[in-house]
Amino acid sequence: MRRYFKSLRRFWGTAVASQLEYQLNVVIELVAVGLSLLGSLFMLSLFFGPGRALGGWSWHEALIVQGFYTVLDGMASTWLRPNLSSIVTHVREGTLDFVLLKPIDSQFWLSLRTISPAGLPEIALGLLLVIWGGHQAGASLSPGGIAVVLLMLLAGGLILYSLWFLIAATSIWFVKTWNATEVLRAVLASGRYPVAAYPAPLRLLFTLVIPVAFLTTVPAEVVLGRASTPMLWLGLGLAVGFFVAARQFWFYALRHYTSASS
Amino acid sequence: MIEVESLSKIYRVADKQPGLGGTLQHFMRRRHRDVCAVSNVSFTIARGEMVGFLGANGAGKTTTLKMLCGLIYPSAGQVVVAGHQPQKRHPDFLRRITLVMGQKQQLLWDLPPMDSLRVNAAVYGISDRDAKRRISELSDLLELGEELTRPVRKLSLGQRMKAELLAALLHQPDVLFLDEPTLGLDVNAQARVRKFLADYNQRTGATVLLTSHYMADITALCPRVLLIHQGNLFHDGPLDRLASRLAPERHVRLELAAPVGAEAFAGLGRLDSCCDCEVNLRVQPDELTAVVAQLLDRFEVRDLEVNDPPIDQLIGELFRQGKV
Repeated sequence: MRRYFKSLRRFWGTAVASQLEYQLNVVIELVAVGLSLLGSLFMLSLFFGPGRALGGWSWHEALIVQGFYTVLDGMASTWLRPNLSSIVTHVREGTLDFVLLKPIDSQFWLSLRTISPAGLPEIALGLLLVIWGGHQAGASLSPGGIAVVLLMLLAGGLILYSLWFLIAATSIWFVKTWNATEVLRAVLASGRYPVAAYPAPLRLLFTLVIPVAFLTTVPAEVVLGRASTPMLWLGLGLAVGFFVAARQFWFYALRHYTSASS
Repeated sequence: MIEVESLSKIYRVADKQPGLGGTLQHFMRRRHRDVCAVSNVSFTIARGEMVGFLGANGAGKTTTLKMLCGLIYPSAGQVVVAGHQPQKRHPDFLRRITLVMGQKQQLLWDLPPMDSLRVNAAVYGISDRDAKRRISELSDLLELGEELTRPVRKLSLGQRMKAELLAALLHQPDVLFLDEPTLGLDVNAQARVRKFLADYNQRTGATVLLTSHYMADITALCPRVLLIHQGNLFHDGPLDRLASRLAPERHVRLELAAPVGAEAFAGLGRLDSCCDCEVNLRVQPDELTAVVAQLLDRFEVRDLEVNDPPIDQLIGELFRQGKV
């Protein structure tokens, strides 16, 4: 276990050092993060605007959902996108061989090898949005409540990661999976708004098939104190289920790995 | 250290005709064909041996090497390397082997090799003190100094390859799989890598399996050679025995005082060329002394030379003809 922590420290140390080699790139990324957040707040204000409500959610309540979406999108920019998109590169260029020959869990390496700190401000802004929206909506949370919120956020993150990893793992066969991950990002984007704001069929789809509801709406409901206990258990169950499925699928995919020719 | 028995690998590849028609047909109904990359190969390699692995492009060398590393599942047969089944990729197994690929790199492109070495040290669970000692030992052997603290993208190909070797050997593996480790290097750099590998084998007693297109690598390092041809093991033994098996005849080169017609050499072996005063003959080894005596007797000879044909030429011919 200590070996994994030490490896992780070195992974991220070298990842940050690699990115700092290109100074201008870092500045541009930070600007892009700021602009994208402003853009999504503007979109949200069009739908919900102060004093308006959609699907039973007020402006401030919807801001909490937007906050959780921003946190998850920040996590995707920080960890998921840089790591999981490099799986495709590894498969195509044959450098996956080096990863598979290391005495360390290959899923651990491929999922956490690099980090893009440009996504961290997005996570911080998302959390601020959740706190501010919750405060304005009159939510009051006990320490235990905060723990449940964080647990559900973690579950949402795990679901997103597992879906992403499942798609990335198919690159063992298809090599190009760029389009599939774009679809996934579009689906995640539907999590900007409370699930209740969508028509019933989509609501069902986002709850049971592609569990977007558990990514943003359910944590927001916990903040507002309206989450039902069965939903929380379902969310946790789905998170564990998706993670186990992604892991098993990875082992299955590796059996079919043929390695790029030299 | 390495035991391979009846190893085979069959790939399923899509069969597609060229052109739009072929593409449509391929899209609607996929046809597959089984390609046998490695077929029924058996050999054993003892601890500390250095073995050369020869074969043309696509002969099945890399596929075999990757099955020995555990990267590819064999279709049939048994492999045991360092007491493990490679395809299980047990951490204990992975700590005892290493793979170096001349055309692929594991070093981080934007950072100095030292950063990649620190990552590898952490992944293999090597303590900082041990890692420092091993890096200084290996960099002495490889003649690497300040290159270790310069970004990899600023290193020459030769320096990069040496740094790759350092990264691959940091965990002191017992078995080294080297796939074209000198690819693209200039003659001096090739010689340095070769010398390093020989030293390393001597010092640590590591087992080495090496593929290379440069015959000089094989002749300098490997007393024993495996030749794989179209997925089959064609030769397992010393290099010179391979030469005599491929071309049992000896080359005789004559320089005469005066030109002689080709017909004069009838019955004296196979005539390769005869122009002006220079004559090249191929003679069966058991007839060699008799033929040389007759040549000296019949002609006025200024110079006479008896050689084995160069091994790379022989293997090249074998690959070109595609027959064994």
